Amino acid sequence: MLTYIIRRLIGAFAMLIVISMVTFGIFYVVPQWAGATPEAMASRYVGRAATPETVHLVAERLGFYDPVVVQYGNFVKGIFAGAQYDYGAGVEQCPAPCFGYSFISGQPVWPDLLDRMPVTFSLAIGAAVLWVIAGVTVGVVSALRRGSFFDRLTMGTALAGVSLPIFFTGMISLVVFSYGLGWTPPGGSYTPIDENPALWAYDLLLPWITLAFLFAATYARLTRAGMLETMGEDYIRTARAKGLKERQVVVKHGLRATLTPILTLFGIDFGLLIGGAILTETTYTLPGLGQYAILAIRTQDMPQVMGVVLVAATFVVVASLIVDLLYAVVDPRVRLS
Amino acid sequence: MSFLDVKDLKIHFPTDDGIVKSVDGLSFGVERGKTLGIVGESGSGKSVTSLGILGLHKGGRARLSGEIWLDGEELIGASAEHVRRLRGKKMAMIFQDPLSSMHPYYTVGHQIIEAYRIHHDVSKQVARKHAIDMLGRVGIPEPARRVDSYPHEFSGGMRQRAMIAMALSCDPELLIADEPTTALDVTVQAQILDLMRDLQREFNSALIIITHDLGVVAELSDDILVMYGGKCVEYGTAEDVFYRPEHPYTWGLLGSMPRLDREPTERLMPIKGSPPSLINVPPGCAFHPRCPYAERTGDKARTEVPALTETAGGHLVRCHMSRDERHSLWENEIKPVLEIQ
Repeated sequence: MLTYIIRRLIGAFAMLIVISMVTFGIFYVVPQWAGATPEAMASRYVGRAATPETVHLVAERLGFYDPVVVQYGNFVKGIFAGAQYDYGAGVEQCPAPCFGYSFISGQPVWPDLLDRMPVTFSLAIGAAVLWVIAGVTVGVVSALRRGSFFDRLTMGTALAGVSLPIFFTGMISLVVFSYGLGWTPPGGSYTPIDENPALWAYDLLLPWITLAFLFAATYARLTRAGMLETMGEDYIRTARAKGLKERQVVVKHGLRATLTPILTLFGIDFGLLIGGAILTETTYTLPGLGQYAILAIRTQDMPQVMGVVLVAATFVVVASLIVDLLYAVVDPRVRLS
Repeated sequence: MSFLDVKDLKIHFPTDDGIVKSVDGLSFGVERGKTLGIVGESGSGKSVTSLGILGLHKGGRARLSGEIWLDGEELIGASAEHVRRLRGKKMAMIFQDPLSSMHPYYTVGHQIIEAYRIHHDVSKQVARKHAIDMLGRVGIPEPARRVDSYPHEFSGGMRQRAMIAMALSCDPELLIADEPTTALDVTVQAQILDLMRDLQREFNSALIIITHDLGVVAELSDDILVMYGGKCVEYGTAEDVFYRPEHPYTWGLLGSMPRLDREPTERLMPIKGSPPSLINVPPGCAFHPRCPYAERTGDKARTEVPALTETAGGHLVRCHMSRDERHSLWENEIKPVLEIQ
């Protein structure tokens, strides 16, 4: 078990290194291949009015003339040990983890990311609770009453849920429930949980439901398919032969086995989501990581893009690491391999 | 009336292609302490029979009729909840493949404890002690340690022993073993059969062994029922069926059984053809397309379903041929080839 954990930890770390190299490559090396000079890159820091001398100086101080390997080394060092930037007018301290400074605002990237994480976390956790409960319940009931009206209705709805994008369902729900009926707050409302938990939940209710609808649809279909398969297994017959009540057969023996593959999917989905629910945050104007990413890409703010991509990637890697470890708990057969 | 008394049991499954008559008018009985072997090829309806007795036949689609009396209680028509309470406690079942029949995510002990606690209101500790005790009784070494193992950590034979421990945990009076040794190594098969015989004596339960392997029933059974196409074709004591078989299908089964006391150069005599479809059972005698003696009774074989008739005390045969004809065939043609003493 311990070697299993250690092996997975090393694997996760190696994965992050590779992701950081690729991201660094895409945002710092590829532009130079495409013809961007160090000066052109530096000029994004200093604005258009700067003289060529200033640009040259900044490019030198940011290390744009260094070999790529050295630049990458400095970038990674910044994340773990912090960095110092000397703009000539004084030395800026950028404490670890340092993802550099925004081209646009001149502010360090990391505090911005920290500010926005609670928003995305709130959105993702609330939605995840909803979609897991709704999706799994609907899937189980559909599987047990296969071919019934309930089954056809929910599976039809699930198909709609999978096919309708957030920016459609989100907009419709805003138009109907916020602006039409006035039951929910308008887009852009967000209250931190430590300020007012009730208002926090109220503000996030519509985004939660919209986001959960999309995922619940997938989970319901997956649970249904899994349950249909599991309930035909020999060990289900054994459970019945023991005299177990049907509810126990379904939950303890059927659902238990069905949930294992769903756990894997959940880990990846949730990891992706806490790295930024881009469509949902944009639709409801929520100041989370996804919205940050979109803004950064629109303004070509490379340090911001780098930061948000790396953070999002870390979440996915950590989430799948946790899932791998949980898998060993959930499925005893994994421990041997 | 026997401890288990099945009368004219029919289990039919309506499908889009027609009605599948898995079991079509089956009657038999088993006493406590006695063993009945039900023999037949795949698809002859033997497993469906056992599932039907336990009320585990698939879903609500099956149509059951006839009577199943267990210890004076009628099971067909009893509420599902009532039959559920009897399952595991009064009647238990051992399945063919112990690996797929045990839940992969729970320890062997957990599964035995669960089976025990459904029917006994005891603490987990007491049930656990009982589970360890049961594992010891079925011959699992170091039961106190193995109780926390998962099924995949057991060998095939050990798993079947654990399965038997689970089935016997509530001391059932009727035990049905569906192909209990088919998935096991040949070397382990005999051990499991010995174990089942010993445990049956100890628990004094009625035992039904379902198998396609005549060697298995020869080892254990008091009575033997041979099934073909959902119907009983021969039913009698083990002696009757082994030494005085009268149905051509039983002869075929005996001829296709590998035996150590014969020259290896001699070939087996398999039954030609394959088992009938249970949707379109051949008209007349279901066995006639494969029966080498069908011509002897002329058109009757194809038009008339033979009745199950008593040929000697308690020995029933479903065949159009006359008793004398069957006797002379057996004595002159079959027995000398099979070299049954």
